[in-house]
Amino acid sequence: MKTIKTFVTAIVSAMLILSPVAYADKWGDQFPHIKATGDIPGDCSYEEMSKKNYKGKTLKINTHAVPVIGQPTALHAEQFAKLTGAKVDVTHTPAGDLYAKAMVPFKAGQAPYDIVFGFSNFINDWRQYLAPVPKKYMNSTEMKDVTKSHVGVSSWDGTMYQYPVDGDRHYLKYRKDVLDNPEYQKKYKADTGKELRVPRTWKEYGEMAKYFNGWDWDGDGEKEYGSAEVMKKDDLMFAAFFSRSVAYAKNPRTPGGFFFDLETMKPNINNPGFVEALGDWVEATKYVPPGGINFGLGDEIGSFGGGQTLFSFSWDDAFIAAMQDDSPIKNKVGTAPLPGADKVWNRVSGKWENQYNQAPYIVWGWAVGVAKKSKVQEMAFDYLCFFSNGANHQADLAIGNFGVNPFKNSDFDPQLYIKTMGWDADIANSYTKTLKDMEKSKNRVFPLRVRGVFEFTSAVATGTSKALAGQLSPQEALDEVAKEWEAIVNRVGKKNVQEDYAVGVKMEDNKL
Amino acid sequence: MNFKQKYVFLFPGLFVLIGILIFPIIFVIRLSLSGWNSYNGLNFIGLENYIRLFTDDPRFWESFFRLSFLSVTTVILQYVIGFALAHMVWKDIKFQRFFRVLFLIPMMTTPVIMTVIWRTFFHESLGPVNDILSNFGMSPKWLTDPVLAKFTVIIVEVWQWTPFMFLLLLAGLLSLPKEPFLAAAIDGASPVRKFLYVTFPLMAPISIGAIIIRLIEASKIMDTVYVLTSGGPGTSTETSSFYIFIKGLREFQMGYAASMSFTYLIIMIVSLTVIAKVLTKLMLKD
Repeated sequence: MKTIKTFVTAIVSAMLILSPVAYADKWGDQFPHIKATGDIPGDCSYEEMSKKNYKGKTLKINTHAVPVIGQPTALHAEQFAKLTGAKVDVTHTPAGDLYAKAMVPFKAGQAPYDIVFGFSNFINDWRQYLAPVPKKYMNSTEMKDVTKSHVGVSSWDGTMYQYPVDGDRHYLKYRKDVLDNPEYQKKYKADTGKELRVPRTWKEYGEMAKYFNGWDWDGDGEKEYGSAEVMKKDDLMFAAFFSRSVAYAKNPRTPGGFFFDLETMKPNINNPGFVEALGDWVEATKYVPPGGINFGLGDEIGSFGGGQTLFSFSWDDAFIAAMQDDSPIKNKVGTAPLPGADKVWNRVSGKWENQYNQAPYIVWGWAVGVAKKSKVQEMAFDYLCFFSNGANHQADLAIGNFGVNPFKNSDFDPQLYIKTMGWDADIANSYTKTLKDMEKSKNRVFPLRVRGVFEFTSAVATGTSKALAGQLSPQEALDEVAKEWEAIVNRVGKKNVQEDYAVGVKMEDNKL
Repeated sequence: MNFKQKYVFLFPGLFVLIGILIFPIIFVIRLSLSGWNSYNGLNFIGLENYIRLFTDDPRFWESFFRLSFLSVTTVILQYVIGFALAHMVWKDIKFQRFFRVLFLIPMMTTPVIMTVIWRTFFHESLGPVNDILSNFGMSPKWLTDPVLAKFTVIIVEVWQWTPFMFLLLLAGLLSLPKEPFLAAAIDGASPVRKFLYVTFPLMAPISIGAIIIRLIEASKIMDTVYVLTSGGPGTSTETSSFYIFIKGLREFQMGYAASMSFTYLIIMIVSLTVIAKVLTKLMLKD
């Protein structure tokens, strides 16, 4: 009897263990995109979605241009249509027009799109026109895996309006084969008297970038350069500037606002911390590739991902591109937190504090919401839940130009990158550690999310680009930005901006 | 006989005119008197936007003067090159038809696509232009030097729109009467004198028309700047239309952008009327 019992238990256990595999294969064969993982069980898995019937219904989506986020949107739309019978119309729009394309009909009381893609910092302007994410999806297995930071980024004062599909933060990417090269370490020490290592500060970053600028240090017969950065005006450059500013201007001992002083709503943007960062950035124009001050995000990804520079910092995409199978520098790159600074500005005392400071920048990323006026809200949320289900998400993460980056706790398991993407163990470990440490940090900066956010960021782009082009000094440029910010605050209403900004400050001050 | 019915036939045209011209202008004027942006509706704020524009926005005026420089320079170059090319293929030369078609090709291409190609050409680290020039020890900063970037915009604009000028001027040349040229030939006029005293004066009315049409078009330079430089480096290639685009569709300050658009429209109507009068006086003085 005991033998029979053991036998039956063994058979049942084997069936239970093997069933996900068989289940995975079934969907993996039909949808090559998830071949590596197969379907991953969850509330919005392929299996669950195949039980839905949306025949005769149409879902309209406005998303970004192909490939970044536009390609996965279209791909998952096709898969969703196949599984549910729905008709899905996808419109592709350039990044700069995503805001207006949704906002104009929103303002006119229309909903030409059921789903609108944009950036997470649109949340305050869009939230009144978006449907909050229903409880059913908030309690889904997929949502429970989302990190606390990214639940915060997608929510406004506790209510989630944007469905998490992407997680973004800026961090440092460097050529591991150069910084770890004993010959270069020796040569650098001999020439500069300093250690060649992963830069701890922006000054070190600049020194190393300058040293490795304009000569062929990887022996491919072509010149390499120091750093690739997003410096093109209006092309996300304000985010690059904030990445460089956090080390000097985000002081953990002065809560109450990074961008403004929350109490007075006086802009901090022209304080010595930001000015120091802009000074470094102007200096960086000397060690970027030719034409580097006109680099947009695509150029930065291509430049670092193609092996042209020693450093880069911004979203994951350049790093993922460098780690793809077709990359000439696969497994030759490393990641680390954004460099810090040996001093940090104290806006309360009005003095520099001479101590090491580092602050992660949880920058805005791709975000998506469902229009309040949509007549197919359930189908729209199902699509979004399906978009970011386990299988799709893991497959999307492996493709650099898809623009989908880690935002789930399960993404921080190095095995995911080692097994499915073929990364070296130490690179996968350092990558996941970099991301995890940012999640844990208590000195994080979140994106500015106040009414009329574009007016503020556009002013930063204009001012900083004038400094990079040599039209104004860093102080003059940021004084101009501060003046513009004050004018915007007056137009929007001090109380309104203060109220909005307080929500972000709560997150930065670890009170939410 | 009662001809009142004739007015009925005017309705379709009038309806279209109201729909596509009069209503948008009235709406822009109304919009310009509102603070419509991402956080306000169509609320009436009087002349606030205009006061801001005239007293507190030097960037608009800088972009306007930059636009004036770019449009006048490009149109002069287009006129000179277009006239030269038209003059060349007006005469009996070999492969005349081939050249006539060849010179028109740039105009037939899509401006945005061609600008992307030009941007690739002028890319300072990956583009073919600097690749060739580097053999001679040169690597100009086509898109990142504030002065040179303006000239890059001019090069692209001239390349794209010279064919339009060429087409108008060639049509003009082909329609000129033959008698004055015969008379000049009988008098033994040299080619230069023939051009200066016969061709050019006869072409003056057509030239004025062509220049004005191109000035109107050039004053709307937007796609080239958007794709090539995004108005940078800094604000060195930012034109009025690009600045209005940033304020309206990037920052969503619709009310303010409308006030800039309306002001810009008035300035353009006045300045182009003056330019047309001056050109007529200069070129048609006899």
